[in-house]
Amino acid sequence: MLVSLKWLRDYVDYGEKSVEEMSTLLTKLGLEVDGVEYIAKEKSENIVAGYVKESEQHPNADKLSLCQVDVGEEEDLQIICGAPNVAKGQKVVVAKPGAVLPGNFKIKKVKLRGIESNGMICSLQELSVDEKFVAPEFAEGIVVLPEDTEIGSSVEALLNLDDVVLDIDLTPNRADALNMLGVAYDVSTMVNSPVKYPNINLNRIDESAKDYINVSVAEESLAPYYGAMIIKNVKIAPSPIWMQNRLLAAGIRPINNVVDITNYVLIEYGQPLHAFDYDLLGSKEIVVRRAKKDEVIKTLDGKERVMNEEHMLITNGKEPIAIAGVMGGADSEVNDETTTILLESAYFDRNVIRKTVNHTGLRSEASNRFEKGVDPSRVQAAGDRAAALLTEYANGDVLKDTITYDKLDLSEAELMLNTEKLNSRLGTEISNTEIEEILTKLGFKYTATGDDYTVSIPTRRLDVVIFEDMVEEIARIYGYDNIPYTLPANASKPGRLSDAQLLKRQIEKYLESAGLTETITYSLVNKKQTETLLSPEVRAAEYIPVPLAMPLSEDHHYLRLSQLPELLNRLTHNVARKQADVALYETGSIFLNKEKDIHTQPEEQTRVSGALTGMWVNHKWQSEQKVVDFYLVKGIIEGLANYLSINIEFKQAVIEDMHPGRAATLHVNGDLIGFLGQVHPSLAKEKDLKETFVFDLNLSYLLENKRPELLYTPIPKYPSILRDIAIVVDESVQAGDIQRTIKDVGDSLVKQVEAFDVYTGEGLEANEKSIAFNLHYQDPEKTLTDAEVDASFEKVIEAVKTNHKAKVRS
Amino acid sequence: MQEQLKSLKSEAIEKIKATDSLDDLQAIQVEYIGRKGSITTVLRGMGKLSAEERPVVGQLANEVRQAIQEALGTKKETLEKIELDKQLAEETIDVTLPGRKISVGQPHILTSVIEEIEDLFIGLGYEIKEGPEVETDYYNFEALNLPKGHPAREMQDSFYITNELLLRTHTSPVQARTMRALNGNEPIRMICPGKVYRRDSDDATHSHQFTQIEGLYVDKHVRMSDLKGTLDVFAKKMFGEDREIRLRPSFFPFTEPSAEMDISCKSCDGKGCSVCKNSGWIEILGSGMIHPRVLEMAGYDPSVYSGFAFGMGPDRIAMLKYGIDDIRRFYANDVRFLKQFNKA
Repeated sequence: MLVSLKWLRDYVDYGEKSVEEMSTLLTKLGLEVDGVEYIAKEKSENIVAGYVKESEQHPNADKLSLCQVDVGEEEDLQIICGAPNVAKGQKVVVAKPGAVLPGNFKIKKVKLRGIESNGMICSLQELSVDEKFVAPEFAEGIVVLPEDTEIGSSVEALLNLDDVVLDIDLTPNRADALNMLGVAYDVSTMVNSPVKYPNINLNRIDESAKDYINVSVAEESLAPYYGAMIIKNVKIAPSPIWMQNRLLAAGIRPINNVVDITNYVLIEYGQPLHAFDYDLLGSKEIVVRRAKKDEVIKTLDGKERVMNEEHMLITNGKEPIAIAGVMGGADSEVNDETTTILLESAYFDRNVIRKTVNHTGLRSEASNRFEKGVDPSRVQAAGDRAAALLTEYANGDVLKDTITYDKLDLSEAELMLNTEKLNSRLGTEISNTEIEEILTKLGFKYTATGDDYTVSIPTRRLDVVIFEDMVEEIARIYGYDNIPYTLPANASKPGRLSDAQLLKRQIEKYLESAGLTETITYSLVNKKQTETLLSPEVRAAEYIPVPLAMPLSEDHHYLRLSQLPELLNRLTHNVARKQADVALYETGSIFLNKEKDIHTQPEEQTRVSGALTGMWVNHKWQSEQKVVDFYLVKGIIEGLANYLSINIEFKQAVIEDMHPGRAATLHVNGDLIGFLGQVHPSLAKEKDLKETFVFDLNLSYLLENKRPELLYTPIPKYPSILRDIAIVVDESVQAGDIQRTIKDVGDSLVKQVEAFDVYTGEGLEANEKSIAFNLHYQDPEKTLTDAEVDASFEKVIEAVKTNHKAKVRS
Repeated sequence: MQEQLKSLKSEAIEKIKATDSLDDLQAIQVEYIGRKGSITTVLRGMGKLSAEERPVVGQLANEVRQAIQEALGTKKETLEKIELDKQLAEETIDVTLPGRKISVGQPHILTSVIEEIEDLFIGLGYEIKEGPEVETDYYNFEALNLPKGHPAREMQDSFYITNELLLRTHTSPVQARTMRALNGNEPIRMICPGKVYRRDSDDATHSHQFTQIEGLYVDKHVRMSDLKGTLDVFAKKMFGEDREIRLRPSFFPFTEPSAEMDISCKSCDGKGCSVCKNSGWIEILGSGMIHPRVLEMAGYDPSVYSGFAFGMGPDRIAMLKYGIDDIRRFYANDVRFLKQFNKA
């Protein structure tokens, strides 16, 4: 809602309050001022109305006019003007020599093409008025003032240059403030001055409208009130300049006097009105009814609209002439030849209007107000107000009798208010006297019995329905600022993170300390991404990606089944910006659905996923550089397993979108919970990435499984014995298998087995490799003897030989 | 013999003094007090001495030997120190060359902001609750007093999956779920952070996915002044003790009365600047007393229980706090952006 502060003064006297004070006052009342705009961005000095006595072409310039202008001084001013619309007989805005225009532009006597010019005839733009506040007829040239403007008078007020517009960001409940009177009601609570309604002096002629029109409404609920007035002898012309300026300040383009007057009253009262050209109605009847299925109407924007039973039409008994509350029909539109008007002032059902707006996409100042609810008590007055203005500014003769269909309920709802209950809800100590003052300021009538009030809610306040609404009203006027600061008096208990929440944070900290940076990517992805880099257990379950009903783009159409495709895109984004070494991770949900026609919520599983590319160690001047590789990522996951005190098993696997020889599935207690490895080089290439490694784990699984309780293990008192074994095996034999064999046969004495060397090449057959392991022997109870270790080591050698066809090197 | 010993002593001491090499020192030691050294040799001749002379010479010999040994030791220490100093001087490095970078990652700035808020409210006795991102129409709207047909729930504003399922448009359904789970029997103090979705095209100030964090406090006799006090504690901890807060009337379907909370603008200290659009205040969050319908639908008797709720956008808070100009930066995950917040 755009509120002209000058216009607002017509309805409430707010004294000498400054623009800033008014902004703060309204904002604190809940009518948040979101912007302040001055009609003239800068002030001009010495600007007066002048009369163009003569205007002829400049002898030395085609496009300039030489004007003699009377500005109320002894001598006329000779002024050269470049505007195309300047003409003899006009009243214009003159900047006399000595005037200062915006931008500190001082007006002096100058010579233009050899002829003296003593001032300037101004356009509104030259007075720093934004184009949106300039009436269309003055957009391309100077502003022409009304004929009755006094020569030499100041034009600041006439042109509304001294006005300020507040842009109020209204909350959806405050439909009552979608008009000047509504805003005035709120202002009046703060300035101790009553709301002033416009004086309506409606003089009607003797002829009755009954002979012209008959009104009927098919269903009471559609339009509990429909009023039609007939106005004859109307002369279509531009509306007065002050009215145009006010409409422009309110964000409405002036059209002609009739349309402007209906809009003016709309802004004043919040009641939308519509003017039909009576002679084009095609009957003497107004019938308000539901549209028939597929009924077509041509609206005044020239478009054909197909309506149905959910919508309401104004008809002439046969054909539609308007979409009720939304837009008039093209066939009955007021035009330059219009002389007789049917003025409609009606109360339409909000929900029907809303459905119509959604159906047609037609949103207007009128439909917006009908949708949110208008004040039933103003419908009639608004019609009268417009009729009076039509008499005054469009030469109209208003026929006696407003033809109405009237089932309107104007009774006021009642709410109970109790002082103690109010104060206990707000934490205040508002007295009965204060309550009564506030209710009076709000214009709410009440009766009181001790602490109990029965409050009548004016029909303009559709938003005050329950006790809590009443509490808000009192609090608003009492001032939110005056509510004290307290903390809840209730018993408190300590807050804490749940075990899973704490563990998740710890896992994130671990990954960050391991060098990975957290990302947050989009959950909505494209079709291809729902099929890419899925963890094997997710792919095997054949989940069906969940699509949106109305996506905004193909790129955000489905809920993700893996975080990795988008993490890869983030790597690409960075690498393309010369950030070659990137290590990212994300913890977030994937959405698992098995229903073809989804009707239940998908399972949301939390995953932790990472993607790494480029250098891991990059210390150039000491020649230490190491690119990310499989074992780095594996090390990170092993570290995580260790951190969580779980055992993760890595199994070589061929996984879609992954390098066939460099990927592994991850298992905990036999459950497949994720994978890691190198992204298939073709996919990496497609993403403009070099060697790229990823991991992806079911974090929900890890969070559900509690970590074993931490207990101290004594530090071994007895020394350990180290033995090495180097064996030659077929290249297909995996180190992990040999390691398992060693552990299995090594009794409890082998505390740790670790591969420390892998070799292929000279001295070995082509299909052979050599692997060497460290074996740590230890007995927590005593010092081991060589003989004990030898015996165990022998068993290990034998087992490795048999199980893996290994040759043991010396 | 005594004369011989004395002259050997002064001869050795002289040599020790003169030398500046550890090798020479070693040679001197061998020459005089080694197995075949001259002192040793002299002592071997002691057998020829008389019984009276022997102890005298013996003592002298020991003294000489000891003196030489001491001189050797002192000199050795001196020489070794010189040697070490020389070696260390050679080991001098250029300390201005770059160090080996330790790669450490860090949380996303939105996570940092969310955790800061979480921790703050945990300190006030709140718990953290989470809920699904795909919500039912009931929990996302109806349970929050947004019945079907309500203007604030247009199809085109939300990412619907079916008529009954959608991506949650706020984290408020977690509040409704938590209340419903407790079935009207227990007080609630909770914070729910999470991702939310709106059907907006992405631009500098809109993102189809963003984050939200909401709080809920339900108990007997909860007052609006409690909301005000709680928000004041929060705002001062989060934005600085010198910030002022202001509540002003607003509207949300699930609260009544409703209030928007502003904090005084830090850039201009409330005087008015471009950051606060000259108002001196910056809008931080929406809040209010829980609407009785919402309590009722969740099984809480609104005549017994009351409460407050508040909600804010970590994206917006991070943008304000760190002067970030474009919400899309959070989701582009450019490391040059992400790594700026390692101190956040």
